[in-house]
Amino acid sequence: MALQSLDIKARSATTTPSPAVRETMPVAKLIDISKCIGCKACQAACMEWNDLRDEVGTNVGVYDNPADLSAKSWTLMRFSEVEVEQGKLEWLIRKDGCMHCADPGCLKACPAPGAIVQYSNGIVDFHEENCIGCGYCVTGCPFNVPRISAQDSKAYKCTLCSDRVAVGMEPACVKTCPTGAIVFGAKEDMITHAEGRVTDLKSRGYANAGLYDPQGVGGTHVMYVLQHADKPELYSGLPRDPAISPMVGLWKGVAKPLASFAIGLVAIGSLFHYVMKGPNEVSKDIEKEFEE
Amino acid sequence: MKRDPKDLARYTASERANHWAVGITFILLGLSGLTFFHPAFYPLNQLFGGGVWARILHPFIGVVMALSFVAMFFRFWKLNVITPTDKEWLSRIGEMVDGDDHNMPEAGKYNGGQKLLFWLLVACMALLTVSGIVIWRAYFSALFPIGLIRLSSVVHAAAAAGMIVLIIVHVYAAIWTRGTIRAMWYGTVSRAWAKQHHPAWFRQITGGGK
Ligand code: HEM
Ligand code: SF4
Ligand code: SF4
Repeated sequence: MALQSLDIKARSATTTPSPAVRETMPVAKLIDISKCIGCKACQAACMEWNDLRDEVGTNVGVYDNPADLSAKSWTLMRFSEVEVEQGKLEWLIRKDGCMHCADPGCLKACPAPGAIVQYSNGIVDFHEENCIGCGYCVTGCPFNVPRISAQDSKAYKCTLCSDRVAVGMEPACVKTCPTGAIVFGAKEDMITHAEGRVTDLKSRGYANAGLYDPQGVGGTHVMYVLQHADKPELYSGLPRDPAISPMVGLWKGVAKPLASFAIGLVAIGSLFHYVMKGPNEVSKDIEKEFEE
Repeated sequence: MKRDPKDLARYTASERANHWAVGITFILLGLSGLTFFHPAFYPLNQLFGGGVWARILHPFIGVVMALSFVAMFFRFWKLNVITPTDKEWLSRIGEMVDGDDHNMPEAGKYNGGQKLLFWLLVACMALLTVSGIVIWRAYFSALFPIGLIRLSSVVHAAAAAGMIVLIIVHVYAAIWTRGTIRAMWYGTVSRAWAKQHHPAWFRQITGGGK
């Protein structure tokens, strides 16, 4: 769902250019995990702004609540207790949700024209009115983000508040965060901001602090500052080198236009075979044999 | 068309009905499946009432096809066992395509090309069925790891493209070889047709006579 329409960089299942005369500035949301206290205000803000109320679930013995992303929960805090060094327990809390990849696997996989769009500001948005509910976006996403609703069989995920951003506001989660762990702005500025945070963390003993902006998916428009950037897996399985799977590349690459062309060629080739070689008929000799 | 009492019976009514069930479901599957295959084919979804309906209907039609195909497999597999003569036939397939069947080894009920096609179709159908279940998001995908779903997506698309090509060849061969299509309508073929195209079968069921 979104208000933009003239600044579309890519559109699912579309082979001609999309409306792109308006160019917007690449934006990014930076989530500084070292500042997050796990209060879930951002989760609450997300449900409020998007006017969604998920089913009330059950406690599964950890702080994660709800236990997983869903069609109505587009972001959630994942809590992991890890002993990074012997005797030093750390509570790493990661705000999970769509990463808004520059090279989005969901968009690449989607077969429905315009069900997924990417704006020139980098936001990847699902347009549910065009969604057919096949789940290919789930297959394509390297971060396991999209969810198909059991209610309407449409795919849903974080929009990066594309509707707010389109009118110059920051995403609801950013506005709400009480510690300033989530900031939003031009992607360039966010990288600069992150560099300052990383320097600060390094001076405080986090020698491996760093920015998570994985280049395997062309960089992301949601980035993390990690205390342990050398071990992203510690953060509830954040992938080390995410990229669109080679299987998805094969499935959605040049093979298909080539296969379509080959199918057409075989059909046309058959026609030409008939025209050039003539039908395979019973020979006159045999025909005569059976004439009384 | 009035049938000649001397015509040879090639297919029973239930064999023909089975074949048509497979044929019709295949066409519906091909048209609905191509919808998701490439954007160029997306408009085909209109034949099924839109993209969402194509997505919903395709796998159910697939189940009907898979069941009909299995039934047909058990009717015909024994007749399709490949013999040394068939291999010889296949090695000379170029001459056949060129329109000259004079030196082709004598075919039985099926020639080498038909038998090879049969087994290739069996392989495609098996791959399509297994991979189709894995990528059936509404009911089954949640049961499988993501790597397997990705592999199955590739397998399903590749096997579908392969099967569509094979069926085009199959249908064209039936059109090209005049007097064949009626075998699927009425179940019979003329004696001359049998002697020309399947001489060994002709001898077997007529005892060599006229
Ligand atoms: C038991 C048999 C089958 C099952 C369960 C099945 C299931 C599926 C499913 C679940 C999809 C994804 C779209 C959707 O959710 O509707 C799909 C896609 C597709 N199916 Fe099937 N199918 C079967 C047989 C076939 C056959 C016989 C063909 C032959 C032409 C075929 C051609 C396709 C194609 C071309 C696609 C699109 C693949 C892509 O996106 O690359 N399917 N099938
Ligand atoms: S479920 Fe919807 S958004 Fe996802 S790939 Fe299918 S059509 Fe596209
Ligand atoms: S994280 Fe997944 S859903 Fe979000 S843009 Fe990347 S591929 Fe798409």
